[in-house]
Amino acid sequence: MFETLSGHLEEVFGRLRRKGRLRPQDIEEALDGIRRALLAADVAVEVTAAFRERVRERALATDLHRALNPAQQVVRIVHEELVRTLGGEAASITFAPRPPTVVLLAGLQGSGKTTAAAKLARWFRGRGRSPLLVGADLTRPAAVEQLRVLASQVGVPVFSEATDPVGVAAAGVAEARRLGRDVVVCDTAGRQIVDDDLMAELRGISQAIEPHYTFLVLDAMTGQEAVRVGERFGEVLGLDGVILTKLDGDARGGAALSIREVVGCPVTFASVGERVGDFEPFHPDRLAGRILGMGDLLSLAEKAEAAYEGEQAAEAAEAAERVLAGEFTLDDFSEQMRQMRKLGGLGDVLAHLPSAEAAQAAESGVDDRRLARMEAIICSMTPAERAQPAIIDGSRRRRIAAGSGTTTAEVAELLRNFAAARKMMRSARAPTRRSTKGRGSKGRGPKGRGPRGRGGSRVTPAGGVRTAAAADLLEQLQDLESGSGRPAGPSPGGSEGRDPLAFPGR
Amino acid sequence: MAPERAGAGTATEPAGASRWRPRLAKARAALGERLGSALARRDLDATTWEALEEALLGADVSLDVAEELLARLRAEAAERRTGDPRDVRGLLRDAIADLMHSPDGELDRSGSPAVWLLVGVNGSGKTTTIGKLAHAEAAAGRRVVLAAADTFRAAATEQLAAWAERAGAQLVRGNPGGDPAAVVFDAISHAAAAGADLVIADTAGRLHTNHNLMGELAKIRRVAERAPGQLREVLVTLDATVGQNGLAQARTFGEAAGVTGVVLTKLDGSARGGSVLSVRAELGVPVKLVGLGEGTGDLVPFDAAAFASALVGTEET
Repeated sequence: MFETLSGHLEEVFGRLRRKGRLRPQDIEEALDGIRRALLAADVAVEVTAAFRERVRERALATDLHRALNPAQQVVRIVHEELVRTLGGEAASITFAPRPPTVVLLAGLQGSGKTTAAAKLARWFRGRGRSPLLVGADLTRPAAVEQLRVLASQVGVPVFSEATDPVGVAAAGVAEARRLGRDVVVCDTAGRQIVDDDLMAELRGISQAIEPHYTFLVLDAMTGQEAVRVGERFGEVLGLDGVILTKLDGDARGGAALSIREVVGCPVTFASVGERVGDFEPFHPDRLAGRILGMGDLLSLAEKAEAAYEGEQAAEAAEAAERVLAGEFTLDDFSEQMRQMRKLGGLGDVLAHLPSAEAAQAAESGVDDRRLARMEAIICSMTPAERAQPAIIDGSRRRRIAAGSGTTTAEVAELLRNFAAARKMMRSARAPTRRSTKGRGSKGRGPKGRGPRGRGGSRVTPAGGVRTAAAADLLEQLQDLESGSGRPAGPSPGGSEGRDPLAFPGR
Repeated sequence: MAPERAGAGTATEPAGASRWRPRLAKARAALGERLGSALARRDLDATTWEALEEALLGADVSLDVAEELLARLRAEAAERRTGDPRDVRGLLRDAIADLMHSPDGELDRSGSPAVWLLVGVNGSGKTTTIGKLAHAEAAAGRRVVLAAADTFRAAATEQLAAWAERAGAQLVRGNPGGDPAAVVFDAISHAAAAGADLVIADTAGRLHTNHNLMGELAKIRRVAERAPGQLREVLVTLDATVGQNGLAQARTFGEAAGVTGVVLTKLDGSARGGSVLSVRAELGVPVKLVGLGEGTGDLVPFDAAAFASALVGTEET
């Protein structure tokens, strides 16, 4: 989501890095770049100006001339300031001693309140709570109907009645008490901040149900208006946090920075996809790393961990060992694809990886249907063929293509790519692999430089990747990503999957 | 149908600034405050130009477009030998109106039936826009069929059905999770058979970064072109509060579905919408409609001069 910002900063610091030493005009140039990048990311004009000043002051106060690697110091300063602006820790929910814990959602039209309400209810449910959804959006046609459909998907009951929003909200909380539900998530109608009547109505709802948490639902694509929206909803309701939605797009979400800086309230949750499970607590510290192009490896590692839990762990470890031993088979390849799908699809995985290229690839069409086709091809092979792909000749290829509903060209493509991947895995075995990829300032950076540093940016130090299995998976993905194929062109309608294995190159 | 009968329906009447002003009264000019203080300065010096740039950026105008506009303003100010910041407001308003003016801002109603397709990201206002459009077109005496091709979002069809009922339009619906292209095709076939004038098709909101869903949209377009009607408009809805991402949205939807115009929605809430400047400057796509409120009559034809005034404000602001 912050790829463009990362790109801008990488460009600026790329230039600095080559120069090695910083002159005052270098700093000014970098600051201009940072300004451009922040503005392109929709960070509010005044926040951008303040941010730039803070970085300038600190950069000038630091004795950059004597620094071994000035560029990295500037990167660090920017990173620290981003973390500071975004706020330190991830927010958490404290449940009310006397249930129900009441959560009120508010926001502009189309920001995603109804969907967020259902996702939040599901999240509570996943934590052993028994939420009740209250539909107090009586304005938009079929809004309550939408909430009911989503609620049935996440297995949470809905309360609503055709009275008035304040009455519905209050009755909803009473109903939760009666039913013994311990969390209430109240959806409200979207409204413009200039509509004083509707803002007053919202205040009425808030006064009627006295929520423990009031969240502003904010579209990550929001521009300069974000600050005013945050301020106004804050005035009327008092905000405890922001739910940032539609983060699966390529919006840079600078709104998160602005809101935190100007309104002072943290982003608490992030909605990152269309499925009801695509919802997670927001980690401000990670976001700063992401802004600087370091990728959101922690989030991905956590997902990988969850996917690997239980019986899969042993299997995965075994597979990882085989990979390390260079015995990578088509079965492993197929298993890898299944794992990727569990991680939320290849596009999702790539979006979490630190490189701008990976992010672009994620955007420009890594297609999960390709994964399905590849799986189908492998499943149509005999065990012997899977163990020894070399025996697959023209006749076998035709049979496999017919069996998997693909073409012989696709089968051939898969085999070529598998061969390339296997080669990559073998070469990846070399113990030097963790240090060979970093370019730029070789090992002169601050200590704690993690694995696979890219051009001076660091993977989150000290165990940014939590498990060996996850780390291996990530490496395989990166190798695959950089190792093969032609770029998958973003041709409209290209989802028919002409080139099933074209992991986008660079 | 007489496509030239511009001015017949609510959505086709020439708008003019007077139409916009009361609806934007509360939103005020996005540039207002910053511009006011910038232009209250005594000299047209570097600080003033910087303040002007910040005012534009604050309305979601991209840095590129802001720099272009200001370069033009500097040249004009130099030409007129004016050093008075107060002259700049008018120049800026003209520059924005020039950029946004388009000779082909009119909706194309020719065809039997004419087909309009609405596309855009989630929550940008497609369904509501269609509701208002249907209302205006039906009020102007056209027989309208709505295609509920958003088969993905829960209750999207119900939302559109409520609008269809209000407008007195027919609704062709599909099954939840069904093929949206098939719904569009059915709606056009039905409209052709019934002798309707216009089909307006709703599509599911989708993020432009979702490759599969953009592919689906391209397919909807292809199928709509094969149906017994004439695809005349593909309109992308852009939320007036959207920031720099608006350009990427318009570009990608354009690539997938061949966008003919922009509907700038929810302008009454913010009076920003600076992203459409980039869309016009970079892609050449005109804005055709503007959403100025929640009422059925609050969707009006785009008017470049009115838009520029709303953005820049008037001298009194």
